[in-house]
Amino acid sequence: MQYKIEVVDKPGIFDACGAGVTRDISDLGIKGVKKVRFIQVYTLSGNLAEGQVINICEELLSDKVAQDYRILSNQEPDSSKGNHIIEIAYNPGVMDPVEASVLKGIQDLGIKDVESVKTAKKYIISGKLSPAQLKTISDKLLYNKLIQHIVNPRDENGDTKHLPGYVFNLINVDLLGASDDGLLEISSRGQLFLNLNEMRQIKDYFRKIKRNPTDCELETIAQTWSEHCYHKTFRGNIDYKEQKADPELGDKRIKNLLKSTIMKVTRELDKSWCVSVFKDNSGVIKFDAKNNICFKVETHNHPSALEPFGGANTGIGGVIRDSMGTGLGAKPILNSDIFCFAPPDFPFNKVATGSLHPKRVMKGVVRGVADYGNKMGIPTVNGAILFHEHFAGNPLVYCGTAGIIPKDKSFKKTNPGDLVVVVGGATGRDGIHGATFSSGELTHESETVSSGAVQIGNPIEEKKVLDTILQARDLNLYSAITDCGAGGLSSAVGEMGAEIGAKVYLDRVPLKYAGLSYMEIWISESQERMVLSVPPKNIDKLTAIFENENVRSTVIGEFTGTKRLELYYRDNLVCDLDMHFMHEGIPQITKKAVYIQAKHREPKIPAKKDLTADLLKLLGHFDICSKEWVVRQYDHEVQGGSIIKPFVGIKNDGPSDASVTKPLHDSDKGIILSNGINFRFGFIDPYWMAASCIDEALRQIISVGGSLKEVAILDNFCWGNPDKADRLGSLVRAAYGCYDAAKAYSVPFISGKDSFYNEFSLHGRSTPIPGTLLISAISVMEDINKSVSMYAKESGDLIYVVGKTRDELGGSHYYDLYKMIGNRLPRVYYSEALKTFAALNAAAEKGLVKAMHDCSDGGLGVALAEVAFSGGLGLSLFLGEVPYISTSRRNDNLLFSESNSRFVVEVDKKYQKEFEKILKNTSFGLAGCLTAKTDFKIYGLDGKICLNTDIAKLKEAWQRPLRW
Amino acid sequence: MKPKVCVLRSAGTNCDKETAAAFLLAGAEVESLHINNLVNGRRKLDQFHILALSGGFSYGDDVASGKLFANELKFKLNEELKKFINDGKLVIGICNGFQILVKSGFLPNSAELKQSTSLILNDSAKFEDRWAYLKPTGKSVWTRGIKEIIYLPVAHGEGKFVIADKEVLDKLKKNKQIVFKYCDPKGRSSNYPDNPNGSIENIAGISDTTGRILGMMPHPERHVFSAQHPRNWDRKGKKYGDGLQIFKNGVDFIKKNFKGEKI
Repeated sequence: MQYKIEVVDKPGIFDACGAGVTRDISDLGIKGVKKVRFIQVYTLSGNLAEGQVINICEELLSDKVAQDYRILSNQEPDSSKGNHIIEIAYNPGVMDPVEASVLKGIQDLGIKDVESVKTAKKYIISGKLSPAQLKTISDKLLYNKLIQHIVNPRDENGDTKHLPGYVFNLINVDLLGASDDGLLEISSRGQLFLNLNEMRQIKDYFRKIKRNPTDCELETIAQTWSEHCYHKTFRGNIDYKEQKADPELGDKRIKNLLKSTIMKVTRELDKSWCVSVFKDNSGVIKFDAKNNICFKVETHNHPSALEPFGGANTGIGGVIRDSMGTGLGAKPILNSDIFCFAPPDFPFNKVATGSLHPKRVMKGVVRGVADYGNKMGIPTVNGAILFHEHFAGNPLVYCGTAGIIPKDKSFKKTNPGDLVVVVGGATGRDGIHGATFSSGELTHESETVSSGAVQIGNPIEEKKVLDTILQARDLNLYSAITDCGAGGLSSAVGEMGAEIGAKVYLDRVPLKYAGLSYMEIWISESQERMVLSVPPKNIDKLTAIFENENVRSTVIGEFTGTKRLELYYRDNLVCDLDMHFMHEGIPQITKKAVYIQAKHREPKIPAKKDLTADLLKLLGHFDICSKEWVVRQYDHEVQGGSIIKPFVGIKNDGPSDASVTKPLHDSDKGIILSNGINFRFGFIDPYWMAASCIDEALRQIISVGGSLKEVAILDNFCWGNPDKADRLGSLVRAAYGCYDAAKAYSVPFISGKDSFYNEFSLHGRSTPIPGTLLISAISVMEDINKSVSMYAKESGDLIYVVGKTRDELGGSHYYDLYKMIGNRLPRVYYSEALKTFAALNAAAEKGLVKAMHDCSDGGLGVALAEVAFSGGLGLSLFLGEVPYISTSRRNDNLLFSESNSRFVVEVDKKYQKEFEKILKNTSFGLAGCLTAKTDFKIYGLDGKICLNTDIAKLKEAWQRPLRW
Repeated sequence: MKPKVCVLRSAGTNCDKETAAAFLLAGAEVESLHINNLVNGRRKLDQFHILALSGGFSYGDDVASGKLFANELKFKLNEELKKFINDGKLVIGICNGFQILVKSGFLPNSAELKQSTSLILNDSAKFEDRWAYLKPTGKSVWTRGIKEIIYLPVAHGEGKFVIADKEVLDKLKKNKQIVFKYCDPKGRSSNYPDNPNGSIENIAGISDTTGRILGMMPHPERHVFSAQHPRNWDRKGKKYGDGLQIFKNGVDFIKKNFKGEKI
């Protein structure tokens, strides 16, 4: 028997959900919708008496105070006349996160006979709408066909309980008999994304052992060798040539770009506080006598392009598991999220088939990240959002997590004889081919071909796993742990057993529903799973911990010592591979890279007397404007350690630089987190973009009172197709920029990530994203009571500008206002910068600094405005007093150049001498002061006023664009 | 004697550690306990003086926030919890914990155990994290000595306080059960965002008729040190934050009323 139950807000209760949809519809440009009413639908199947169903509705599914419910018998027609009804449900096989909770809730009522629960969302739209408009509303707002469908009341049969079972059938792939064309055909048909060289290598291996591979073996190799898992581009050979570049790197043959740049700095700097670098799921540094800190930033770009909520949701879920899978498991303490989208005002008619509108992508991504991070109870303390049209087909979603881990739990070692235990969620068909899919370009067909790659997260499942794993860790019950990320069990078991070998019985893996083949089980990327290696003597104790908190754990095999990967399905051997071949057999490839220095038109912006309008426009630039609408949706206070919050100021709405977090309740030691990202500089030279990103991340640390004593950084490259020489050429330059800057600043990389093939091809034309490097920095702060925030504190205080401004407007947001790029981009002057950083840190340590803010997007003008309006104080400033190295001597250049290593600093008059003494070896200017009156006045180089407005106007310009 | 606090958690509870830390700071002994241990009888509630239901997303807030946890209290631990309350002990529910207490009917009247109020989706239809000014307006063991406006963060998606009918509100007022109201920095009645969710009459927290059960949406455990205050830049003020007093009140009450009693 099936019962359909509809739950709706009582009359008089504001339907916030419906009102939100009404707003979104009007955002689509569709007028004429009067009202949207939201109804939550549950479908229960089972042998239930009517009284039981009523009980379930009264006690569980509806809220007596705020909601009404009605029970519909099987096929009762809908009676909402004159309205449009759209009902959205999950596709069969897609996890419905609410189902398990409702089942539990029903059992808690003492009712046992429910077989399944399905949920759906129903929208009743009143207003005059054409069928085409209705389709737009449902397609663009209400559902994503990859995971959901519109319910047709006549043929609803989404019950996965009745999926056909799986009949074992071992599939061998005829590799030995295949020609080169045949090999390529096999690769493309199987979505393996392996090239001819690699296919040949695999063929050779199997020729030597005189048999064809099974589909599972081939797939395992494809996963292991994918760009996503193996980082072929960074670890392969590169033939690099360049023209007219400054500085010159020279033509060279690079053997392993990663080891030649990123890892090389770390090795050369050899910091004693680096605990574990480039080995584990995240990089680890020392925190205090008892604890270490781990940090990792991941990307989840391709999935987020197709299904923004699910993609971002599982992106953050995945990087949290990286923390949980570091050493013997760290406790996640903070998240950081950085996104790049096309502008939200992107014209609807320019959205390519197969892509979603950027505003929908952004809303979905933000909701996805907020949902997972908030539910895991991890504060999102820091982030950035940037915009460019070329992210229309390929948004970037960077998610980072830092964790805290006891010193003696920071390393792992799998031993032969240990059991392979999978913990957490069951395995389903979600996320098949994620690793290989992200190793190819997106096309308009990706949404259908790769739909299996989309995953749906269940944060509460992961939270349960986290709660229990930390208990098991502290009892020393397992010897190693890793997460199931891209490649699923295949890469988790493959990595853990790489040195010793493993045997897995795939039929023992718990499944969400019947019908999965052995191969699907092996490569599924179902979320919320961890793999442990457990000494057999501990297994009962371990299982008891998980059972007590309703977490599934299953022994699925053992680590062997044979150095082979052996997989069984009901006693059939379905995979038998040499671990060494799997991990080291990939043919070394040589890719060509060419860098030709771009030459853009030199902007000729006429000099103006009044720059007020320009500053207001800059503040409203999507990159610069307030992201409060986004940030408020993240819990940044959970765990109680937030010291410098994402928003600060008299109204808590000014933009912080770095975040400061106190991870332990009984210690005042802190962690600073910051980011540097600016793809616009990459349009001119990725080398200097990289250096600027590092400078930005570091100067933010200085801004909040930190020092460079213990700063570790992460690299995160999101690029186009590295098989194309120009894309790879710019990547090489960025990597060398990273090396030079990190070396000069003495900050080691401890982990990193790359995401390639961020291109969208349509009708044979391929648009790459701007090559985008994210530098994330983490630093240990001795005393959080020394931290400094960015907003103006008291009128009468002095305003200093520290660091030299140069006419470096190339790639600036000012030029972008005029749709120009220019050529003279900011460089980094390391010795100057190091002096500035050290002096400001010393001043902050002494308590001489009341506020400090770094100059970045929008330059000095934007930084000054932000300081003033966040503090609710006026400001007067004389550009003539600002350190300025220039031939142009223009007010706009000085105000809007994005030169690196610069700060705006507020100092109390009584500390003037002391402050200036500490800064004596730096370039600084006492350029202005704060006023109680809210005027914002800038006097130009000629001493005349060149910018005159009120802070309320500045703030409004900054807040308006994304006040959704 | 140190009062014993049980921070009860389930799948999805996520403010248990800082809540425990706040009680520890207030002078209590704290144990974080998974609800399964009470449901299966392995542990008993009568081993504790204070029951704390902390923030988070119990069972993912699936169906409605706090609903599944509330039903566990109502259908599985009802007698045990009633006895706990009748023994004169204390209960505090913060954020998700408030939602649980309201939906299980322990608030506003644990004798009736009937749901007559609720916490539903914010008017903004989304989760929001911001700091809120709260005006103490009622009577409860937990809020003794709090006379001035306090400042605490809120972080929730379903915090809009609603009532079944006007009679419920009248009773709440009559019994001085409305303990905190959202207000502007000067204590005046205000709208969004000072009232972050659209709660009727700006209600942010209520107590039961005995004053020993408190439920509130804002998070006192996130402001026990002044360093957690968003504008603590001059560091001239006090060392502790506004939220600590609430935990201290609970601890002091037990110390006074359960003197020498052994658990």
